[in-house]
Amino acid sequence: MVNLRINSIDISVPENTTILNAAKANNIKIPTLCYYEDLGIKSDCRICVVEIEGQKGLSTSCSTMVKEGMVVKTNSPRVLNARKTITELILANHDANCTACAKNLNCELQALANKLGIDHNRFETVLKVRPIDDNNPSIVRNPNRCIKCGRCIDVCKNIQGINVLEMMGRSHDAAVTPAYGRYLSEEFCTFCGQCSSVCPVGAILEKDDTDRVWKALHEPNKKVIVQIAPAVRVSLGEEIGAKAGSIVTGKLVAALKLLGFYQVFDTDFTADLTIIEEGNELIRRVAEGGVLPMITSCCPGWISFAEQHYPEILDHLSTCKSPQQMFGALAKTYYADKMDIDLADLFVVSVMPCTAKKYEAEREEMSSDHQHPDVDAVLTTREIGKMIRQMGINFDKLEEAPFDNPFGITTGAAAIFGATGGVMEAALRTVYEVVNKKPLKDINFTNVRGLEGIKEAEVKLGDKVVKVAVAHTLANAKKIAEQVKNGTSPYVFIEVMCCPGGCIGGGGQPYGTTTKTRQERIDATYRVDENMPIRKSHENPIIAELYKEFLIAPLGEKSHHLLHTHYHPRIRS
Amino acid sequence: MIEKRVISKRCGIINPLSIDDYLRTDGYIVLKKALKTDRIKLIEEVEASRLRGRGGAGFPAYMKMVGLAKEKGPVKYVIGNADEGEPGNFKDRYLMENDPHQILEGMIIVAFATMASHGYLYVRGEYSLPMSTMQWAIEEARRNNFLGSNILGSGFDFDIEIRSGAGSYVCGEEFALIESIEGKPGRTRVKPPFPTQKGLFGKPTLINNIETFSNIPLIISIGGKKYAETGTKSSTGTKLLCLSGNAKVKGVFEVPFGVTIRQVVEELGQGTESGRKIKMVQLGGACGPIIPEYMLDMVIDYERFEEFESKTGAGAIIVIDDRFNIFDILMRVVRFFEHESCGKCTPCREGHAQLAIIINKFIERKATAKDLFSLESLARVMHQTSLCGLGQTSPTAIISTLRYFREDYIEQIDYPINMGGQ
Amino acid sequence: MPLPSILEKHPRSEDQLIEILLEYQAAKDDHCISQEEILLISHYLNITESKVCSVISFYSFFSFVPRGKYVIQLCKDIPCFLNNSGNILKVLENLLGITVGETTPNRLFTLELTSCLGCCDKPPAMRIDGKTYTNLNPDKIKVIISEYSGKQP
Repeated sequence: MVNLRINSIDISVPENTTILNAAKANNIKIPTLCYYEDLGIKSDCRICVVEIEGQKGLSTSCSTMVKEGMVVKTNSPRVLNARKTITELILANHDANCTACAKNLNCELQALANKLGIDHNRFETVLKVRPIDDNNPSIVRNPNRCIKCGRCIDVCKNIQGINVLEMMGRSHDAAVTPAYGRYLSEEFCTFCGQCSSVCPVGAILEKDDTDRVWKALHEPNKKVIVQIAPAVRVSLGEEIGAKAGSIVTGKLVAALKLLGFYQVFDTDFTADLTIIEEGNELIRRVAEGGVLPMITSCCPGWISFAEQHYPEILDHLSTCKSPQQMFGALAKTYYADKMDIDLADLFVVSVMPCTAKKYEAEREEMSSDHQHPDVDAVLTTREIGKMIRQMGINFDKLEEAPFDNPFGITTGAAAIFGATGGVMEAALRTVYEVVNKKPLKDINFTNVRGLEGIKEAEVKLGDKVVKVAVAHTLANAKKIAEQVKNGTSPYVFIEVMCCPGGCIGGGGQPYGTTTKTRQERIDATYRVDENMPIRKSHENPIIAELYKEFLIAPLGEKSHHLLHTHYHPRIRS
Repeated sequence: MIEKRVISKRCGIINPLSIDDYLRTDGYIVLKKALKTDRIKLIEEVEASRLRGRGGAGFPAYMKMVGLAKEKGPVKYVIGNADEGEPGNFKDRYLMENDPHQILEGMIIVAFATMASHGYLYVRGEYSLPMSTMQWAIEEARRNNFLGSNILGSGFDFDIEIRSGAGSYVCGEEFALIESIEGKPGRTRVKPPFPTQKGLFGKPTLINNIETFSNIPLIISIGGKKYAETGTKSSTGTKLLCLSGNAKVKGVFEVPFGVTIRQVVEELGQGTESGRKIKMVQLGGACGPIIPEYMLDMVIDYERFEEFESKTGAGAIIVIDDRFNIFDILMRVVRFFEHESCGKCTPCREGHAQLAIIINKFIERKATAKDLFSLESLARVMHQTSLCGLGQTSPTAIISTLRYFREDYIEQIDYPINMGGQ
Repeated sequence: MPLPSILEKHPRSEDQLIEILLEYQAAKDDHCISQEEILLISHYLNITESKVCSVISFYSFFSFVPRGKYVIQLCKDIPCFLNNSGNILKVLENLLGITVGETTPNRLFTLELTSCLGCCDKPPAMRIDGKTYTNLNPDKIKVIISEYSGKQP
């Protein structure tokens, strides 16, 4: 243990603790800006500076380790003056039109300026206005708000391994942009939105679709239906002030009804459907010598990555659409017919933890009539939180409500789609029982759970033992893809999710996502599963009915037309 | 004569492109001796010499050697820093153009003592002639087995590769230099870890200015204790100084630490070219303090300079006569650092533009008393909070003029109309 | 020398980026790197175009924008300023008919200001095409420029 003194308080912390964490452990909060738990220490913003006795200058507490006998002052006049000055410098090169920014009241720079008591800026503004990039369906980049903290570059380069964003130039012309300052849509961006998730200000945001949804909700003849992704129910609570991992399913359904949605459905239903289709696709490929390993296809960020970087392995991808898109296709055909709703009056919304889903919904293939999108609008968890606040709903006081029919029954297998390894486990619960023609002794495939980058498991299918793998983050997806490309992959089936932790770590999730919150959301996901009466997709009676009434058979003609898709190599020459 | 030409003794005397000339003037004799000496003994001699880095930071050279020696190999790097970009400095150019082998000999001895495996020489891109001189010297050294495998039969392998800068002053900073060799923009890294722990390509690395390396053969030759007899208590040995600006005689002069600035400026520089009075002198380079004529009796020594809360800089002495005012100089200082700032940390990235705005107000006689306070406050915050030496030392000129030329600021304040604020 | 032959001389290692850019830009008449060339380099070194752009945009030597055949870089810093570099700039501007940052219509000269060249013992100084010229005065400037103009067929 190391003994030191911070602000006249004697404390004791383990070796190799930073001053910042030592202070935090003792209820002293040193302000920071570029620091983000889980990402590397940057020491760029210089806000967290402290005075250390005997040292000239001020040192950043995020990067300085404690030493025996250190005497630290976190709020001396020199320190306070330095913090204020640096914050004013940032504000002088920042578009501080706060009331016109979606991050208003939820912005780390605003909070810092407020905390430091800044009420005027002695520096002149030197902002050179640059164009905004809103040329894609998912992400909006506004360089005029950027404070050059470097978090987005870190996450794009080191977590995702994509490296689309870089710091260009020097001095106050330094700017975070893709190559040549071009649009993200012209780049190898997969719209995963991890950058928007870590941005402390409003420089990178998801594209706002709330206005479009409000408009639809307010149109008298429109029937606006909504589907909620598995990951949202264990995360939305954070938007309303609850702890990470709070399960708020029932209240969320009630809130959506209050917002005016005609019916509220569960994407888990089409997650079950995905398992039936994809499970059968895997069984067929194994039996008939089809392309193996087969790789999941429900993550649009992964699909973009594969199309851009590994077009040679596109036949390995399952042809199944994602649950979001299967739902949209069913809604615009089966549901519209069954409920006798004119397609012109039907508006399908999905609530997703994901920014790439906005791009997925607009893909040309995601349209059953080849004219209109099957999913009309995608809202992130953050956006639905915003709408709930806009409506002034007292979320806590709501009575829990159930999902609507005809898609009212879902399974635990579907619920775990939101966690990395969840799709794999859900698929194995069905594939194992179908192939081996006997029930599983233990339906929990714990080897594929957890936050390790690449997980492996072995499963007995018939008389063979096959290997499967689960990867999350694009950096790990790349390793898997390389093996598949080189023909050295030992696996038969692979799940890939582009976001850390899987969808619960998606780019549209509540701000402040860390390893800790990801784990809490994952734990909640498995709790949801444990509490479901039915836990395997093939035991969902409504799915059986759907096939009987409408789809006829898995991988049949109707399924092929509505529930399967194809991919496009997208290389730049 | 206050000059003491030891490090520069061969400059202008030998043909720099001839290794024979170097060998004839005791060249590589010390290397032969060093290769038969116990490595720890070599480091102890450097410690006894109390040699400090000659690039500007003045860090004790032996500490870096100890730091590198104790790290496990097998890959360890020694890098010669020849990215001389500090305005007013040209001593590294001078050494490379006139006595290239001395630099190499120093680097090889340090590499042997610390068991380094590879060497780099990082030369700023603008130095085409010095770079080709060093390249020629390296090839000659290889041909004579002073570089390469099994140097002089000692079993020690070491070679040096030259890397060019590409127009960035900040790449003279240790980690920015390392980043540049790694093919990236020259932005510094968070310390710790320090280069000797985790440097180039993640391996232990020792970086020193080439003048520092040039002192090594002398130290090993006469012994560290003898070396330390020259100079002052805190600053041993000699320093290459660069006289420029309005000095009558401009050039590189080698003097022992302990001489005064006035001695250099008057005896060696012979006053001003214009014959006019000296108004001020900037010491060390653009990153250094600007002092008035009456302070020229200041002794040249690291500790004395630390009173300015700055380093000696690399040894530039820029003489400025009374045709110029402080703002002519300050504006150029600020614009220089504004252009060269890497952009990584907030105070340096955003601060220089604001310093320029305020200085401009003084130039246009539109400044207020509040501006004077803002300038000093901002300069001190940048000095105290910047991530690397560039942002930490760029405000030194301003801080020193606020102390020694305060009246010049006050004369430019547009008062009493704006006295007391908005 | 075309880019592929310069690339082949270097190992496919990220740290070769600056060396490649220096060699290539020096060999080109317009002293810049184009988008196609950036794509080729990024493929060769297996790094993103953003990475290559971040290096080009950081170092003063490199340019995305075509420049003249001879890039004149005049030192703008203090020691040269104290020795009348301002006047040299005026002479260059008048002689070439362009200001700082511009290129002559015949694409022969681009005029730039540069940081200290380390020639403070022989001020004022400038650099053209890898060569350094010192102790400048208006007459010398005229001779130098006419020599470069003469080189153009």
